[in-house]
Amino acid sequence: MTYEEIVSISPYSLSKAEKEKLLTERLVELTKLHQENCAEYANILESLDFDVDKVQSYKDLPFLPVRMFKELELKSIPKEEVIKTMTSSGTTGQAVSKIYLDKNTSSNQQKTMVKIVSEFTGSGRMPMIIIDCPSVIKNRAMFSARGAGILGFSIFGSKKIYALDDDMKLNIEELKAFLEKYQGQRIFLFGFTFMIWQHFYKELVRLKEEGIVFDLSQGVLIHGGGWKKLVSEAVSEEDFHQRLKDVCGLESIHDYYGMVEQTGCIYMECECSHLHASIFSDVIIRNPKDFSECGIGETGIIQVVSTIPESYPGHSLLTEDEGVLLGEDDCPCGRMGKYFKINGRLKNAEIRGCSDTYADKFK
Amino acid sequence: MTNLEKYNQAFIDSFEITEDQLAGLKYQDIPAWDSAGHMGLISALEDAFDIMMDTDDIIDFSSYEKGKEILAKDDYGVAI
Repeated sequence: MTYEEIVSISPYSLSKAEKEKLLTERLVELTKLHQENCAEYANILESLDFDVDKVQSYKDLPFLPVRMFKELELKSIPKEEVIKTMTSSGTTGQAVSKIYLDKNTSSNQQKTMVKIVSEFTGSGRMPMIIIDCPSVIKNRAMFSARGAGILGFSIFGSKKIYALDDDMKLNIEELKAFLEKYQGQRIFLFGFTFMIWQHFYKELVRLKEEGIVFDLSQGVLIHGGGWKKLVSEAVSEEDFHQRLKDVCGLESIHDYYGMVEQTGCIYMECECSHLHASIFSDVIIRNPKDFSECGIGETGIIQVVSTIPESYPGHSLLTEDEGVLLGEDDCPCGRMGKYFKINGRLKNAEIRGCSDTYADKFK
Repeated sequence: MTNLEKYNQAFIDSFEITEDQLAGLKYQDIPAWDSAGHMGLISALEDAFDIMMDTDDIIDFSSYEKGKEILAKDDYGVAI
């Protein structure tokens, strides 16, 4: 099955059985493709005594810990075909994942992302406010996850401005002029959760005290990147929604879950505050003790599968995030597929042991 | 300026290239036409022809020649 065929299917239209069939067929194909074209991946499968022909369901496929992309240069294409290398966000000195993209995989990522996001914003493009600074996308050959996120979502923007300058200060006058110019129109806002809180929300609160109010009631905000820092400030998701609404009237707010290792397949938060898996990807919650599949309501480690990656063996990965499956095919928002929530990152020590020892074996 | 001149100029300005590089030019052929450069090109074309392109067409816009086909569609009506 080609990706062209898959991407033409409506993102939340398949029931559990239909989706399992589609994912199994495509992910088995990808496993074979990477086994043939990536020696390190083939070695990993061999060391696991894995036989792809015995696979009944995509749930039987092995998963690589995301850390392996920090340890090894995993790719299934010749060096000359790499057009872009994406890196995960990491603090200085920390190893980052390197994800190698060719034309095809890169374009499929963008197509998929557009299909998913359009289900929430409509396919029309809107004036866009990027709640970040322009310097993030300056280095074009090596995209950070942050730059890639901004660029990927930029396709929904007709006219765009960056709300922050390179010192992360709010461009008050520009923002004011932009909102006046597009008054009455739907405005698309995009940014990363913590930056929005720290450099946008807090500044709007300060300005409001001075009598300067921005009206974003026509806005739709998509944000991602994790809650870790806000949790440490004791800001819950409900607080985030409520307080943004209070300060600027913004009501349509969607979080998303995604990672640079599987760009394109993002998990969008619906109107019922649930993260949703589209037909292009899935989450499987794994019991940390024996990696068996957890049932609804049980907390475990999140495995993600994606039908996109052809240039690198990242179609089945074990994340370092912990989450809970809330249900499947029956979210009140009407979308099919699994819906879930993220509890946060695993404690470093718990996963480092098994991931590092695992990676070391294949050097 | 004719439509062709405007179309060419958008490429030349966005990617800092010369007219003789245009024929056969494809997305990702040159470093300037990467995903960031692509959005810059789209903005330049939208300004030049006063149109707003659909997300699908932005994704399909994979070469100098393909772009002409897309702009000629009824949605935009820009014959080049």
